[in-house]
Amino acid sequence: MSDRSLVSRLMQHDLGSRIFIGVLLLVGLGMPLAHLLLPESSFLHPSTYTLSLVGKYMTYALLAISIDLIWGYCGILSLGHTAFFALGGYAMGMYLMRQIGTRGVYGDPVLPDFMVFLSWESLPWYWQGMDMFWFAMLMVLLVPGLLALVFGWLAFRSRVAGVYFSIITQALTFALMLAFFRNEMGFGGNNGLTDFKDILGYDLQATGTRIGLFMVTALALGLGYLACRWIVGSRFGRVVTAIRDGEGRARFIGYRVEHYKLWLFVFSGVLAGIAGALYVPQVGIINPGEFAPLNAIEAVVWVVVGGRGTLYGAVLGAVLVNYMKTYFTVAWPEAWLYALGTLFVVVTLFLPRGVVGLLEKLRRQKA
Amino acid sequence: MKLPRSLEAFADRSQVFDLVNPAVRSPKLDVSHGTILYLEDITVSFDGFRALNDLTLYVAPGELRCIIGANGAGKTTMMDVITGKTRPDSGTAFFGQSIDLLRLSEPEIAQAGIGRKFQKPTVFPEHTVFENLELAMAGDRRAWKMLCARLTSEQHDRIDEVLALIGLAAQRQAPAGSLSHGQKQWLEIGMLLMQRPALLLVDEPVAGMTPQETERTAELLVSLAGQHTVVVVEHDMDFVRSIARTVTVLHEGSVLAEGNMADVQADPRVVEVYLGEPA
Amino acid sequence: MNIIMARLPLTGSIIALLCYLMWWPMQAQADEEGMPEAGMPDEWVQEVVTDEFADMLAELATASFPRKVELVNTLQLRGWPGVRDALAGLLEGELYFSQEEQPEGIRVYVVSGREGDFTLLDPVTQQTEQREALSGLRRITTNNPLRRNLRGAVARFDLLDESPAVRRQAVAELRRGLDSDAILLLRERLVTETHRGVTRDIEVALALYDLESSDAEVRLTALEVLSGELGNDVYNRVQRLLATDASGEPLEPDAAVRHMASLAIDRIEQRRSFFGFLETLFFGLSFGSVLVLAAIGLAITFGVMGVINMAHGELIMIGAYTSYVVQLLMPNHIGVAILVAVPAAFMVSGLVGVLIERGVVRFLYGRPLETLLATFGISLILQQLVRTVFSPLNRQVQTPDWMSGLLRFNDVFAITYNRLYILIFMFIVFALLWLVMHRTSLGLKVRAVSQNRAMARAMGVRSDRIDALTFGLGSGIAGVAGVALSLLTNVGPNMGQAYIIDSFMVVVFGGVGNLWGTLIGGMSLGLGTKLVEPHVGAVMAKILMLVFIILFIQKRKQGLFPQKGRSAEGH
Repeated sequence: MSDRSLVSRLMQHDLGSRIFIGVLLLVGLGMPLAHLLLPESSFLHPSTYTLSLVGKYMTYALLAISIDLIWGYCGILSLGHTAFFALGGYAMGMYLMRQIGTRGVYGDPVLPDFMVFLSWESLPWYWQGMDMFWFAMLMVLLVPGLLALVFGWLAFRSRVAGVYFSIITQALTFALMLAFFRNEMGFGGNNGLTDFKDILGYDLQATGTRIGLFMVTALALGLGYLACRWIVGSRFGRVVTAIRDGEGRARFIGYRVEHYKLWLFVFSGVLAGIAGALYVPQVGIINPGEFAPLNAIEAVVWVVVGGRGTLYGAVLGAVLVNYMKTYFTVAWPEAWLYALGTLFVVVTLFLPRGVVGLLEKLRRQKA
Repeated sequence: MKLPRSLEAFADRSQVFDLVNPAVRSPKLDVSHGTILYLEDITVSFDGFRALNDLTLYVAPGELRCIIGANGAGKTTMMDVITGKTRPDSGTAFFGQSIDLLRLSEPEIAQAGIGRKFQKPTVFPEHTVFENLELAMAGDRRAWKMLCARLTSEQHDRIDEVLALIGLAAQRQAPAGSLSHGQKQWLEIGMLLMQRPALLLVDEPVAGMTPQETERTAELLVSLAGQHTVVVVEHDMDFVRSIARTVTVLHEGSVLAEGNMADVQADPRVVEVYLGEPA
Repeated sequence: MNIIMARLPLTGSIIALLCYLMWWPMQAQADEEGMPEAGMPDEWVQEVVTDEFADMLAELATASFPRKVELVNTLQLRGWPGVRDALAGLLEGELYFSQEEQPEGIRVYVVSGREGDFTLLDPVTQQTEQREALSGLRRITTNNPLRRNLRGAVARFDLLDESPAVRRQAVAELRRGLDSDAILLLRERLVTETHRGVTRDIEVALALYDLESSDAEVRLTALEVLSGELGNDVYNRVQRLLATDASGEPLEPDAAVRHMASLAIDRIEQRRSFFGFLETLFFGLSFGSVLVLAAIGLAITFGVMGVINMAHGELIMIGAYTSYVVQLLMPNHIGVAILVAVPAAFMVSGLVGVLIERGVVRFLYGRPLETLLATFGISLILQQLVRTVFSPLNRQVQTPDWMSGLLRFNDVFAITYNRLYILIFMFIVFALLWLVMHRTSLGLKVRAVSQNRAMARAMGVRSDRIDALTFGLGSGIAGVAGVALSLLTNVGPNMGQAYIIDSFMVVVFGGVGNLWGTLIGGMSLGLGTKLVEPHVGAVMAKILMLVFIILFIQKRKQGLFPQKGRSAEGH
């Protein structure tokens, strides 16, 4: 109990948030500048690879924040958050697909390659309008948001909570994964959407576009963080935390618990969708594998490692674990799953408050 | 096989369906007939065991009512029914003339003006004492309003007032989880007060309190009566004696006796089933 | 048995469970082996016939085709043992003769087996010998008229066989090429035949032949016999009556026959769809049994103990790999290996389960979400461990002979033995588990601890030991399920993940903490999926099942069979 409340007191001073925003500014502005200004031979010159890697980490960090917002603050553990991430990604992918135009293998001006391959006659209705950037971006927000709204409404209304909620969210993302694997769905089946050429007319491979995407991602992460911080700091946030700690009590005081949970869940889903939409142009592909329940649980582990209930902890965890993953998959691929598995066990057993909790403990001991 | 409830409704000719009635979203409390709480023929059973058995109970506005009864007499279940946590198998429960408690959810009942203090003190441990009171404060509970909610100076004063009343002014910034057991009980009573309920349900308020604390609690409850209606469930007979005007004795899910303390204590049935047993 | 089980101490009951698990399949094996060997030659008869028979066979080897036909006709009129072998061998192209000059002249053999391992049967002496190669032997050639003759000859023998099954086989054989000889043979047999199935088969064969008749009355009568008959040849033949030629004229001139034929087709299709439905039903039951097997261990760990074990799928996987390893260790006894694998998998998975419980889960009681994450980590480690030890590739567990093959009811309805055995196996595992939970002291203690830990401890139950044993029991059952599943699918590092979500769905759907719920939940989900599958496809059926459960949980949080009572209300 007491170490928890310590964290909540820390939030009032919120050193962590200040550090996070500082680092984000440094990375978001510094890295593109260094890339453009410093000579390639320089030690500090980040390569295009590094740039897109860090960009990818930032989208993961945004996903981690969205998970932490509902789990850390409201106690709702979603094992299906990659569903929102992937849906946002698919919406973006559809836009990028339509931008290919006649440059595809089959050169069809309207139909993406895979539809020509399946000898489809015309574009399905849900692909209409996705050639317009504003419409696609609207879908990036709406599709995950609506799914979260419908699913959350069903679940919270009938008070499905705790482990049950986790399991059915997992089933949800699993079902979506199976659905997207089907060619008949019209999302490219197994292969997903890829071979993107440009975004808003800018070549995706060009350095300028990459830097632009990088900065937009940093901006989205910063804004997403501040939005969450604001929500958490408001009375709404206090109600949400109250629901986490005593759902029944909150109800007897007169709060409609399911409404609070629902709106928080929807916001979190939209945030995950945005993360997915930023992820796709940077990695250049989206396929049904993104829905995999494993990915969702992995994202939860980022939050555990960083420290749940602190937004910057989630960011820290996402970056740390993914850096580890990058390192392992290059240096020692067989060991990655051992490392990840061990991480799951060790952190839940010995570091319930994550790295942030550990740092906080050390600081307290020093003081 | 019994007909499912929904089907039974169709068989009943005098049934008026909800869709015919205009929806009453935030009904006003109406106590014009001199009764604030009507419980009639309430039956609740768990797996064949009848926790409440045709319980009928009326409470007048401004009254301070004590409910006593042995373990398993149905005191807590009765509170669960009033606050919407448990739905009875049969019977009716009205708050004033017009508010049908059995149709409302827990938050709706709370907003209609019924506050509840649990047997085991439940406060929000990670929030400060001040925040706990702020959360309980009467007002708009809609989610989106909460995002930009700010305390007015009036509300601030109200919280300070209650803090002083429950003797936790010094701990206002302490996390509620760090309070002692008695302090948590007080904080919960404070939260009840912030809600400004018309009817307070208080489940064993003095359990684990020192005699001084108990005495202060008695004073507080007595002072609340009149302005609010207070229903207290308590085991501590001295405490009941010190505050009660009317006492209701529950036994095996129904009312065994009702009246002032002296009458009830003299009732041979009560002596037999409750007071006769070693406390 | 109940009384005995109730008195057994804790460890005893587990041993008893193991014993029963081992005993059942062993028994089945013993029955298989106990079958008497058929077809012992009779020495006395052999003596008499040897010379004449051997001479005729020797002549057959090199005679002209017309002469061969004559010889076959003569041979079949003599009822010597071995004649059938020789004629059947000749029909199948398995009859060889030795070319080199031998004192006793040319010898003839029926050859079976494959390169490196041939078995030669001398039809005359009924003696066999083994050979590696067929050097010095030449196949006796046949042509089409001879083969037609032979088919009739072999069938004639088989029509007289004692076993109705052989007789039906013979009729079916004759049905493939109906000619007047065959019809004669069948008519002859019909008079003396007593077995109803064989009679019916012969009638169908005769009716099929009658359809060729130029007399419309005969065709009509034949159609009456054929109506509703399920054989593919019947369906195709009757269908042909309804066909039209290139100019649109019906091939069948008589309108009454055409009408009758379309009625017969309707009736056949009706019966076919009925049996098709039966088959779907069986697939559903089979899939349901797989779901129940996969979920039943989880019903213990999650349902009774409330522990979210995400490594459950990997415990199934370990059981499957145990069955693979046992087969590797006993390559010559595949049939027995699978029976050894059941208790072995129970032990191995159970042990891993106990290790997981002691090492990780026990520190996390009361924190379900953390348990979920930690056990998920364990599942990753176990998967990778299997990849390291066995390779990431899938492994195949061989189905033993006694479990392979089809149980054929008719041309459109057959069920595979392995699915049938697994269905039965599931019920046995379920029954044993139920007995353990409800009739042993272990079960009593487990239920006590799950209902009220503090009270159980106060009563002297060593709750931590019970936790470990319960978890081990659930895990062991998962391992046993793995053995069964290894016979249906490939064994690979990812197989656990394929089952974990399904298993949770079954337990949640059936109602947590209720074994019956798991059984009925799993079976109904299996049936539901397979009933929907023909209409929407396999993947969509799976998706629909998941969506259905997600919606179902909204409506009934506690599953099909909720735990009742005051304690359930409190959560």
